[in-house]
Amino acid sequence: MSDEPIARVRITSPRTRAARSRTRRSNAAEIDALTRLGEVYVQSLMRAQLRLAGYVVLLLAASIGLLPVVFQLLPVSHVHLLGIPLPWLLLGVAVYPWLLGLAWWYVRRAERNEAAFVDLVEHREDPA
Amino acid sequence: MRELTALLAVTIVATATLAVGAFGLRVSRTTSDFFVASRRVGPFLNASAIGGEYLSAASFLGVAGLVLLRGVDMLWYPIGWTAGYLLLLVFVAAPLRRSGAYTLPDFAEFRVESQAARQVASWLVCLIGALYLVPQFQGAGLTLSAITGAPTWVGAALVAFVVLVNVAAGGMRSVTLVQAFQYWIKLCALLVPALLLWLAWHHHGSPSHHLHSSDWVEPLRGPHATYLTYSLILATFLGTMGLPHVVVRFYTNHDGTSARRTTLGVLAMLSMFYLLPTAYGALGRVYASDLIGSGRTDSVVLELPERVLGGTGATLLTALLGAGAFAAFLSTSSGLVVSVSGVLSQDVLSRRFDSVTGFRIGGVVAAGGALVLAEGTQGLPVAHAVELAFAVAASTFCPLLLLGIWWRGLTALGAMAGMVGGGILSGTAVVAVMVGVHATGWAGALLAQPALLTVPVAFMTMVGVSLADRARVPLHVGRAMVRLHLPETVDVDRGSYAPMS
Repeated sequence: MSDEPIARVRITSPRTRAARSRTRRSNAAEIDALTRLGEVYVQSLMRAQLRLAGYVVLLLAASIGLLPVVFQLLPVSHVHLLGIPLPWLLLGVAVYPWLLGLAWWYVRRAERNEAAFVDLVEHREDPA
Repeated sequence: MRELTALLAVTIVATATLAVGAFGLRVSRTTSDFFVASRRVGPFLNASAIGGEYLSAASFLGVAGLVLLRGVDMLWYPIGWTAGYLLLLVFVAAPLRRSGAYTLPDFAEFRVESQAARQVASWLVCLIGALYLVPQFQGAGLTLSAITGAPTWVGAALVAFVVLVNVAAGGMRSVTLVQAFQYWIKLCALLVPALLLWLAWHHHGSPSHHLHSSDWVEPLRGPHATYLTYSLILATFLGTMGLPHVVVRFYTNHDGTSARRTTLGVLAMLSMFYLLPTAYGALGRVYASDLIGSGRTDSVVLELPERVLGGTGATLLTALLGAGAFAAFLSTSSGLVVSVSGVLSQDVLSRRFDSVTGFRIGGVVAAGGALVLAEGTQGLPVAHAVELAFAVAASTFCPLLLLGIWWRGLTALGAMAGMVGGGILSGTAVVAVMVGVHATGWAGALLAQPALLTVPVAFMTMVGVSLADRARVPLHVGRAMVRLHLPETVDVDRGSYAPMS
């Protein structure tokens, strides 16, 4: 046993309100600092929007994109509707409401994705 | 009498455009009025303005001419020009608005942080702009010659003159309201005669001669038709987002959300408009099939009233169509010349001239060059010439935008390699067609519709070179992604980039 005086050790608990508020940043600050967590937030939004865009492209490719193949394989030219050959009716008229419908659906879903993201980012700023 | 009425209508449109340009000189001189507009212009007005600027000679005259000539396969042109906005909507509209970029070179500079990439993009804007201008001038020459008998260069020179005066005055650039009106003028100018012609056709007992030839009425009858169709689909679906005069308009949207809603509006307006050219093409088959033999199919829209109706009614309708066509040439040409001369003054002439002088010189160079090219390449169908511009845009700016917005790995070197590679490949096809190379078989098909080959090559080059160069991913890519994708309501640091003005 030495006679040296024992150095005084200060013990603090991190479980105080002050300490916690210093280490826990808002989500917007995580994004600002481009931390791992911040990047995860940004990526989650990008993935959601890209997936949605992918759905639209798939629907487009599987509908309008397949029309030339359909025309090649099936004798649709001889089918008449309202006196007009089917390919003319499809390409001249029917594709436009379909494009418009896809666009309308996309805009609604994309805005919903963004609203969900805003909720996610701003919700956690409130004290739980 | 007929010539005089038509001439009067064209003069009214040209004078009105000049007057608006002069008015614009006083109220709006700089790019900053885009900021002003951005606070006040709603999606409906903005969508009309984009439609007004977008619907060009190719849409107003060219599609009907191609349908008359080659039948059902040509309906893919208007479909592609509309569906292009769907792809622009889902991949580009909101992020592009949020980037704050005013032009495509701005976007390149912002995203890959390189002046060299900006320069490459600038040259491409000039190339695509010139390619798109040529058919506008040709269409103007053709229209004036069809309704008054003047030589073709007169109409082209008239449009070039009006556009240049406007650009020199600094007008037209910001006049969202006028471009919006142009859309409705064009729609009415095509819709009213179409209804009357249809009634007359009905009255004649719905004749249908020439409508049953199987080469015309059935899809995919020509050689390489499937390849040509898919290549056309790719070029038009992906090319729209890379057109310089379209991108500028997105800046007037208030935010990313309204950019999306505007694009939805554009789709609705184009869908309405593009129902009409098909009707003209089919009626042309019944009443004006001799135009095929004489190689003047592009003027079918203008000639139908005289052939179907005759008399004063036909004179008035022809005048209305001529006025609508000139509205189309003027609005699209103005948008293009302004975009090209803006880029020329900013990136090419800025070292030697101040910005206003540079802008004017740029306008003269752009319009003059296109005028010379237009005279040199008469005989190329208007809609096909425009489609080549789409192929170049799809092989250059489309990969830049898609990869730049959705992939963090894009580097300056990759972006440049892709743009140059895609530009050279698609540009070769354009030059070949313009100088009149007539290749046969597959080579001919490839030259006529290069996109199915050049677009994948451009994408692969951009990705491949970026991966090889991955040590030099732009420093601020993380911040750029925040800026491109986060809704404006989230309060975050979006970086300090601001486009040159």
